[in-house]
Amino acid sequence: MLTLDNVSKTYRTGAFGTGTCNAVCDVSFSIEPGEVIALIGESGSGKSTIGRMILRLSAVTSGSITLDGVDVSTIRRGRLKDYYARVQGVFQDPFSSYNPIFKADRVFSMIRQGYLSGLSASEWHTKLTASLDAVSLSPEDVLHKYPHQLSGGQLQRLLVARALLLDIEFLVADEIISMLDASTRIDVLNLLGDLKERGLGILFITHDLSLGNYIGDRAVILHKGAVVEDGPTEQVFSKPQSPYTQMLLDAVPRLHERWGEPHSNGAPPTQTDDE
Amino acid sequence: MAVSEPRDVTAVTVGGAPATVEPTSPAGASGAPDAAPIRHRSEFLYFGLRNWKFLFGLSVVLVFLALALFGPLLTDHKPLEFTAPTDQPPSSEYWMGTTSYGQDVFAQFVYGLRSAFLVGVLGGGIAWVIGAAVGFTAGYRGGWLDDVLNMLTNVVLVIPTLAILIIVAAYLNVHGYASEAVLIGLTSWPWAARAVRAQTFSLKTREFVDVARLSGRSTPQIIAREIAPNMSSYLLMMFILLFGGAILIGASLDFLGLGPSESISLGLMMNNAFTSSALLLGSWWWFVPPGIGIIAIVGGLYVMNVGLDEVFNPRLREL
Amino acid sequence: MSLHVKDLAVYYRSLRGDVQALDGVTFSVADGEIMGLAGESGCGKSTLGKSLIRLDGRMRHMRGRVELDGVELPIASTNGAMNRFRLKEVSIVPQYAMSALNPTRKIGKFSRELLESRGVDFESVQPELERRLELVGLSKSVLDLYPIELSGGMKQRTVMVISTLLDPSLLIADEITSALDVSTQKAVAKTLVEFRDRGFVKSMIVITHDLSILYQVADTILVMYAGKLAEKARASEIVNAPRHPYTKLLISSLPEVGVRYTERKLVGIPGKPPSLLKPPTGCRFRHRCPLASEECKQEPPFVELAPNHHVACWKAA
Repeated sequence: MLTLDNVSKTYRTGAFGTGTCNAVCDVSFSIEPGEVIALIGESGSGKSTIGRMILRLSAVTSGSITLDGVDVSTIRRGRLKDYYARVQGVFQDPFSSYNPIFKADRVFSMIRQGYLSGLSASEWHTKLTASLDAVSLSPEDVLHKYPHQLSGGQLQRLLVARALLLDIEFLVADEIISMLDASTRIDVLNLLGDLKERGLGILFITHDLSLGNYIGDRAVILHKGAVVEDGPTEQVFSKPQSPYTQMLLDAVPRLHERWGEPHSNGAPPTQTDDE
Repeated sequence: MAVSEPRDVTAVTVGGAPATVEPTSPAGASGAPDAAPIRHRSEFLYFGLRNWKFLFGLSVVLVFLALALFGPLLTDHKPLEFTAPTDQPPSSEYWMGTTSYGQDVFAQFVYGLRSAFLVGVLGGGIAWVIGAAVGFTAGYRGGWLDDVLNMLTNVVLVIPTLAILIIVAAYLNVHGYASEAVLIGLTSWPWAARAVRAQTFSLKTREFVDVARLSGRSTPQIIAREIAPNMSSYLLMMFILLFGGAILIGASLDFLGLGPSESISLGLMMNNAFTSSALLLGSWWWFVPPGIGIIAIVGGLYVMNVGLDEVFNPRLREL
Repeated sequence: MSLHVKDLAVYYRSLRGDVQALDGVTFSVADGEIMGLAGESGCGKSTLGKSLIRLDGRMRHMRGRVELDGVELPIASTNGAMNRFRLKEVSIVPQYAMSALNPTRKIGKFSRELLESRGVDFESVQPELERRLELVGLSKSVLDLYPIELSGGMKQRTVMVISTLLDPSLLIADEITSALDVSTQKAVAKTLVEFRDRGFVKSMIVITHDLSILYQVADTILVMYAGKLAEKARASEIVNAPRHPYTKLLISSLPEVGVRYTERKLVGIPGKPPSLLKPPTGCRFRHRCPLASEECKQEPPFVELAPNHHVACWKAA
């Protein structure tokens, strides 16, 4: 469905743009409907840049991103709306994703004005209630409120509900639960799992290996802009091929094993050098 | 060299929204079902009506505005008529005395106030429009457009505006205060553009702008509906400063004798007073009122602005 | 060293009243103990950390006392009495410390200013400073660099060295690993333990929301909820055999490497923490607790139910 083919992003830096900075180098992978890809990388790995390029918020320097064969970068400004009816994104900071001077449900009315203006009031109400239901929110709790009156978890779910209004095929979830409390994180994560079962393709961008392991069908590990490992999650986490992945798995703090102990799957910890 | 950006992992309660009620309280007073939060506008009204700097400045400006609007109705003398005895101190007939040419100072004063406000509104307004347009465009679009507009801004900023205005005024034979106001407006916008650009830069990176883009909104729509409203307090204060600045520059030009001479303004009054040696003659009633008028209006505007800053920015308030 | 906190309550002033961020907590930290302080946002852990060193001007100390090594800390005083304890007896690595370094000062100059403000002659401690920097894997040339030239992990370790240079009895580390990558997190967390093992610091309170890091480095963990203490026990007990319903639900909602959605769906805790402007009476967790009953309308005391295992819950007995 969505394919990245040797995608690279280079920034010009320095005065007069003489320096270069490779944010993303030759990244290729693809996502099918109903598949969750966990794009895992530390800060500076380029994972957010890839998400933004898929969402046409940043330009691709070389390579191509295609949705069902159509190159995303060739879509003209006017046709971009149609693209966004199929591909949407949710970002990391729930409080920054809402314009603070307006009520939170303005994000819904923006979608209505842009895409669903033909619907009657009752049709709109039905559709909205169905979307809110899909994310386990009740209308009385969240409508007509300002963002600061709602919690981070509710705000993130509202953003997912907004994306669902459009019957999208693909969702880019960029660190969507990093800023939520531990007890609400898992609910939003489970929500993504439900959506996956409805046939949505999801790119789950995260720095947290345990989250990627929990929700991803496939795991793509990024290091300094390049893919170092790509495969089914079980395999990547139990038999990592790349030394970088192994280093990550050894460094991640776990709840039932201490650093330095052998892993529960029997694999011994590899030698890590402290920075 | 990867410098990891700080990730605020402890969920922020009132995350950085500019118009929040209180500084981020750690335990978060958010979402309590019974505590209704104070709405933004009424919060500003509440603090606005209690900030003495704002009220004081506003009152001063309003007094002079009232004088400008209704003063001319109070007197049937015209400002430029030569009907009065010369060099008279204030009396019951001529409330502010007369000039060396036999003109009524009070009439000149109130009509002069009208010119001042005209120049302020028109000049400040034009500068505001240009500054906002340039600033928003440069800040939001970035890239080569930003570079070009930056260059333009810097050029206009660096030009000694008074010198240019003097030359233009001398050669173009400016008629009427409206033209003077336009000239002032065309040259005093750069600092405003700079400020708007800087704020737009930072607002552009906020995620709600991305969400708006993902909803199919176009660039002008985003600037008008997402970015500008978040800067509304700043845009208001900017207008007040441009307004005051325009009055001041207009008065300076008039005082140098380069403004229009067909009607009257406060600066022109002072010019006339000095060229007629009013100081030596002791005719204080001729130049003191316009001087006080200019100082009071411009000063009042600036004090009002300082007060507004406190109203809009919770951190500056003395709690 | 020993730290005894008795009935500490700290509120924050706000426009709408007092936010009761910390509402009567009592606990102790023994000599050489690394105590982890865990909880979600708004539970009061940062407030507790900052109140022990009186770092935040908006705090109002309501009641309670803190005793360190037998001396009462003047945490309620507003006239600077706490000054002589800071950096020497009690030290803190505040949240976002590494982003708060003055970008226009070299690290060496910054440390000099800091130490001299405490009345310490910089020249006399400089050799020790350099030695400790090398111990944590940084070269002493770090002192000649500006903060922007250092990576996150390097900055964090530098701040830790400077904060502990005068060998304080108690170090409070507030979210020092949150903003770091996984590999540097491990290095910084291990540095913490090393400081204790080498005797630079006698005891530590490590504040974080990440229980898995605490499992790695802390001896005991104290779990807080809505301004009150929920449970305190050895790290392995908290993780493997928690007794408070909140702790149990929290632990079981944490994804771990090895657990997958398709195999076992984890469950979160419905609802959200209460507002601390007017906190509910009784147990603060009862509105979200699956075990809540009538008796929970009375606030449960924080008692020792098993050796070194304190719980505040009627149902845990």
